[in-house]
Amino acid sequence: MNFKATLLGAAAAFAMAPAAMAERGADGHVNIIYWQAPSGMNPYLSGGTKELEAASLVIEPLARYNEEGTMVPWLAESVPTVENGGVSEDLTSITWTLKEGLLWSDGTPVTSEDVRFSWQYCTAEGGGCAQGEKYNDVTDVEIIDDRTVTVHFGVSKPFPYGPFVGAQAPIIQAAQFADCLGAKAPECTDANFQPIGTGPFTVTEFRSNDVVSLAANENYRDASKPAFATVTLKGGGSATDAGRAVLATGEFDYAWNLQLAPDVLAEMASAGKGTVVSSFGTLVERIMVNMTDVSADLGERRGTADNAHPFLSDINVRQALSMAIDRDLLVEIGYGTAGRPTCNVLPAPAIYKSTANDACLVQDIAAANALLDEAGWEMGSDGVRAKDGVRLSMLYQTSTNAVRQDFQALIKQWWAEIGVETELRNIDASVFFGGDPASNDTFQKFFADVEMYANNFDGTDPESYMANWECSQAPRPETQWQGNNMPRFCSEEYDALVAEMATTGDLNERARLAKAMNDMLMQEYVIIPLVDRGRVSAHANTLGGVILNTWDSELWNAADWHRVDG
Amino acid sequence: MLNFIIRRSGISVLTLFFISFVIFMLLALAPGDPTASLPLSIPAEVKAQIRESLGLGQNPLVRFVKWFYAFFWVEPMYTIEQLTGLNTYGDQQRIISFQSRSPVMDIVWQRIPQTLWVVGLGYVVGTLIALPIGIISAYRQYSWFDQLGTFISMVGFSVPTFFTGVLLIVIFSVNLGWFPSIYDTTLVVDSWANFVKQAKQMVLPVSVLALYNAAQISRFMRASMLDNLNQDYVRTARAKGLGEKAVVLVHVLRNSMIPVVTVIALGVPQVFGGAIITEQVFKVNGLGQLLITAIQANDIPMVQTLTVIFAVLIILFNLIADVLYGVLDPRIRYD
Repeated sequence: MNFKATLLGAAAAFAMAPAAMAERGADGHVNIIYWQAPSGMNPYLSGGTKELEAASLVIEPLARYNEEGTMVPWLAESVPTVENGGVSEDLTSITWTLKEGLLWSDGTPVTSEDVRFSWQYCTAEGGGCAQGEKYNDVTDVEIIDDRTVTVHFGVSKPFPYGPFVGAQAPIIQAAQFADCLGAKAPECTDANFQPIGTGPFTVTEFRSNDVVSLAANENYRDASKPAFATVTLKGGGSATDAGRAVLATGEFDYAWNLQLAPDVLAEMASAGKGTVVSSFGTLVERIMVNMTDVSADLGERRGTADNAHPFLSDINVRQALSMAIDRDLLVEIGYGTAGRPTCNVLPAPAIYKSTANDACLVQDIAAANALLDEAGWEMGSDGVRAKDGVRLSMLYQTSTNAVRQDFQALIKQWWAEIGVETELRNIDASVFFGGDPASNDTFQKFFADVEMYANNFDGTDPESYMANWECSQAPRPETQWQGNNMPRFCSEEYDALVAEMATTGDLNERARLAKAMNDMLMQEYVIIPLVDRGRVSAHANTLGGVILNTWDSELWNAADWHRVDG
Repeated sequence: MLNFIIRRSGISVLTLFFISFVIFMLLALAPGDPTASLPLSIPAEVKAQIRESLGLGQNPLVRFVKWFYAFFWVEPMYTIEQLTGLNTYGDQQRIISFQSRSPVMDIVWQRIPQTLWVVGLGYVVGTLIALPIGIISAYRQYSWFDQLGTFISMVGFSVPTFFTGVLLIVIFSVNLGWFPSIYDTTLVVDSWANFVKQAKQMVLPVSVLALYNAAQISRFMRASMLDNLNQDYVRTARAKGLGEKAVVLVHVLRNSMIPVVTVIALGVPQVFGGAIITEQVFKVNGLGQLLITAIQANDIPMVQTLTVIFAVLIILFNLIADVLYGVLDPRIRYD
């Protein structure tokens, strides 16, 4: 019996052999197109997605998220937890152990000194590290031995996986970046463009905002990988061009982020050269409802909690606004397979997803009208409801973007059907999302009644994301108009949940708290979620091993990519 | 002539100073934020630190003086050091791009070859086509050749390059598969096979640009020829018994070239400016693409440096056009 099992196992191993025992570099060249070209290869210096993803081919974190959002050890032997003793009982330290025999691409060993250095690099004064948040509250990274480090936090961290986890916080080589700390960081152009890494590939030539040429890393930890000897990561053009290059002409093997009209993608894919892949994460297109009065007469105190909004402070109005929206149609017009309607601002991972608000999936204009009638908002002769001289007339702002303007037009139409008048406005993204406190057009200042944009969070833990809607996070003059609580929602009960989550370590309990917070926001209708936006990419039919991952870099498993017969 | 050149150069320096100041202030005072394109998951405090590390906290006047010194002193010194090996540059602060955090001029030099090859060749081919078309169209006014030339130049003039470019891609890349739709900037021409590859990838963008340039220049050439063909000196030349060839190609052409040369010379700086749209369509990633991505990312040092380089070139080629006037028309003297 045992013998037979062994035999079967051996046979299975042989059947697997061609894939598993492939030789490094045997599959030649692979072409990747990112229509937004990476401008550098150091995620600590530029926080853009395109730089993170390009760099993820070269430099790697201790652990990262797989396609299901589960944390998997990468350079570390295992993911430390309280159960396996890696995380201290008081949640103030976490101990990581590097895999044995790890080498940098220049042949030198990876040690705990490099891990400690990565923390020092990102937290050095004057460096402007884009990933500083990942190292929040870290007081020290203690070197235990060559392969072991302990990260100490100043406070108790129920989720201690900020530092060194995910594409945002990779390990960089101490020897290479030693002279690049703080204000000197930009002077190290060679290091920033050609970092020495542990990943499957190394940079052979880097042209900023144009193209990156890479070759297989001779010292990669798995001797049979990567299957490709060389990689070209080309940038530039538009999403349409990138989609065409993979799906229609077959010049490229992988195209990133194809935010295209659904019919355009289908037309391209009909050539049969490539496959469109999509996957969902936590990105939600939403409408924020302003709970404060923004009329210009209020001067300094405009848009602060001092004055409640004349009509949006009425929950019936907010609820009616949400009920009037046909989310299915929005998805169909704007995103196709890359979107799905959502009633939650926290749509994933699965354990955090609430089902308490799903009623919003069905548009119900009649019920919305009835609700407003009942609340005493009477339809005027001009088709706009009013109560005590207050007309339901709103300013609706968003960033300039074709899909968002389509959404604005559709939603304006639906709101007109329930007697709400809407004025539309769109603002250039660099101003809208810019942090200039002197500008009145930023999404933080929110000098409008409702505004629409999309947001998500890194990784899978929603703690800091849900803390966005604490009272203290409201942008106001005292905070130089910084903060994430755009609706200026304020509830003691909500703040208590946030505080509770910050000290809760148990995963199921955390999920319950996150869901409760989500439900509170949804049932107060201060955030109106519209579309859960997925990522769409495409790969050639001759490229195998692609697993689209929205929780980490899309190129996270490039070591496993290989050629197949298309 | 020398006096004139010196005088004009003096004025040019003042003009340049004024232009760079105006551009810098426009960029510095315009709303916009280089950290706006970063993911929203990066907190505001971190973004504030990034802006601080980019030097955005300083007074715009201080930033201008620093930039001016770096552009007109540090960068030329650095270039001299690179070319000669003399130690002229020391270790001073060069102009650093907000996006890549690397020296702006290094990226500019990296982009010049593909821009000159594609956009420059498009300009040269366009001019070479335009001149004969203009001459023949004017000489045989209202003939079928003239009508056809007029039609083609109207098409070239009025159809934007983002349409012709994509049209050519759909026909020749997607349907026929003859030429690539994406330009490979890393290709090194070191063998016959690579030369063929390079030629192939240049065909589409160069055609698009050549059509566009030829359309404009051929109209100028035609109009200028028509002006001159009816002049008295042409009748005199014919009356003297000169052959048609000598009349048209020597007498008329030389006089007609004066305004056309200005147009051609003033168009040259635009070659360096790159062709923003065509470069984007074919992913040539030259100076035009560099400028547009820098504008989108609010990369002020990059935009400032590129626009001032263009200003320098425009002033330079204005001067060249003026000098060429004197060469072509002996009646024009500047002294």
